[in-house]
Amino acid sequence: MKIGYRLREALTGLSFIWIWIVGFLVFTCYPLIRTLIFSFSEVKITADGIKTTYVGWQNYRRALFLDVNFGDTVIGYFVETLVLVPIIVVFALIVSLLLNVKLPGKGLFRTIYFLPVIITSGPVIQQLIDKGAVSLPGIQEIIETSQLQDSMPGVLADLITFLLTSFITIFWFSGVQMLIFLAGLQKLDASIYEAASIDGASKWESFWKLTLPSLQAMILVNVVYTVIMQSVFALNPVIVLIQKALFDPAQGLGYSAAMAWIYFLVMLVLLLVLLLATRQRKSTR
Amino acid sequence: MKAIHRSVMDKTKRLLFGFGGEGAAFKIVVYFLLSLLGFIYLYPLFFMVTYSFMKTEDLINPLVTYIPTGFFMDNFARATEVMDYLKTLRENVMVSFLPAVLQTLSAAVIGYGFARFRIPGKPILFALVLATFIIPPQITMIPQFLMFKDLGLIGSIFSYLIPAAFGQGLKSGLFILIFYQFFKTIPKALEEAAQIDGAGAYRIFLRICVPMATPAFIISFLFSMVWYWNETLLAALYLGDSLSTLPLELQNFAATYEKLFPVDPNAQTGRSLNEAISMAGTFLNIIPLLVVYFFTQRWFVESIERSGITGE
Repeated sequence: MKIGYRLREALTGLSFIWIWIVGFLVFTCYPLIRTLIFSFSEVKITADGIKTTYVGWQNYRRALFLDVNFGDTVIGYFVETLVLVPIIVVFALIVSLLLNVKLPGKGLFRTIYFLPVIITSGPVIQQLIDKGAVSLPGIQEIIETSQLQDSMPGVLADLITFLLTSFITIFWFSGVQMLIFLAGLQKLDASIYEAASIDGASKWESFWKLTLPSLQAMILVNVVYTVIMQSVFALNPVIVLIQKALFDPAQGLGYSAAMAWIYFLVMLVLLLVLLLATRQRKSTR
Repeated sequence: MKAIHRSVMDKTKRLLFGFGGEGAAFKIVVYFLLSLLGFIYLYPLFFMVTYSFMKTEDLINPLVTYIPTGFFMDNFARATEVMDYLKTLRENVMVSFLPAVLQTLSAAVIGYGFARFRIPGKPILFALVLATFIIPPQITMIPQFLMFKDLGLIGSIFSYLIPAAFGQGLKSGLFILIFYQFFKTIPKALEEAAQIDGAGAYRIFLRICVPMATPAFIISFLFSMVWYWNETLLAALYLGDSLSTLPLELQNFAATYEKLFPVDPNAQTGRSLNEAISMAGTFLNIIPLLVVYFFTQRWFVESIERSGITGE
């Protein structure tokens, strides 16, 4: 009798999710496998369909060792994202702390800060960058980027220049993360803070000892979210390369597929590195 | 005298700095920071709006930096023509509205299935749902494209609708997670009561759970629509030449402009593409989104608290 009930429940559940299982197999699983096969093949599009010939690791070797452009772009993406993600998450946290102060009219600020999430598309950002709308006037004068290049090692100078010129990425891509933090902050119990302050804890101490630990889960969520958003954004240079290779007969579908797989693996490594770094900080504190 | 002085000092101090750091001085500093940030956030849009009204002379004139000498509407006329605005707008609404509806409905059904029923292998399946959010579309889009091509669906809205209906649309994993979290918060006792009254699983879902999940429906639909609206990679690939979206038109803005208004070497520079026309195009691009945001911003900014995605 009990088994019969369980079976019925499972079948009812399946009647709700079968649509996802079918969709996953057809539109995600099968394409993933097919891309994997493509990446090990030379793909020719002929009149009677797709012809693939197995070529082993050739596409991967080409992407990793021969195509300087792809290698550099992927390394650039890796370093940039590794730097940008913590900055975006910390920035979102600071803004959410500011927004959490009880002030009249803070709803307006929240609305303004979230606006970019709605209007951000690749071409819009591209237009704004091209026309100089994203560099604040005067920022170039305050910090001579050329002087930075002389006084600092190349990588560091590049990084600082990159941050100064890409502040819009930090600001405009932190809207969702900011709201996630804000939702977390609003769930915190005020009485804990009262108790801590009676025990003599300063604001600063209670931030590190109370607020931050209770936001741990949200920090993880935000790190994952930020990495994904940065990785699938239309202006990401790696994506541009993959897209270009797709329609370039000299490079071909197989090569494009290999690049996509390498990119996916690099992204996973990046996620892992950032997640481990986030967790480590918790255990040491 | 000294005592009075001290008490006045104390009172001012308390007013300014408060007890728990919530005094006036603290609030003023926070206001200042928030306004500064707000300015930086809005600066690109401010730049875009003022530039879109500028004449060519304004762009060249070093005295005109922010405020144009007049409202020069010709930029908008040009940009409208280049992007074929009304037609593109109609198509854009279609390719974002319909997939958003289907994606929201399928995510609701799937999320409910995961939230309510014991199904063997559910943890693995749910992990795969979350994995679909991590997998970049670039890796699956080539075979998907070939599949749709074989079915003759390239250039048709069905290449957008079919994956959305099967819970494999744009960021579907996230929407399934939102519904999952939402349905988890509905007390099970409510459903059990209905069950005792003889209602079946589908009736309970439709009559009790769906009405209670209205916020989740609104949130999913809005985000889904905005993300479909702004999508360009898949749109360029799947929609082909027969359907267009405003972001796609903006992407090809310069090329289309040159085709429509070829540069005449004998004429004055007034006809060639300048920043003002591009900015007018960008402005026209985001106006529909601004209108939507104006009416629904409450749903957007409260979405994360309401969806319970941060966990209870």
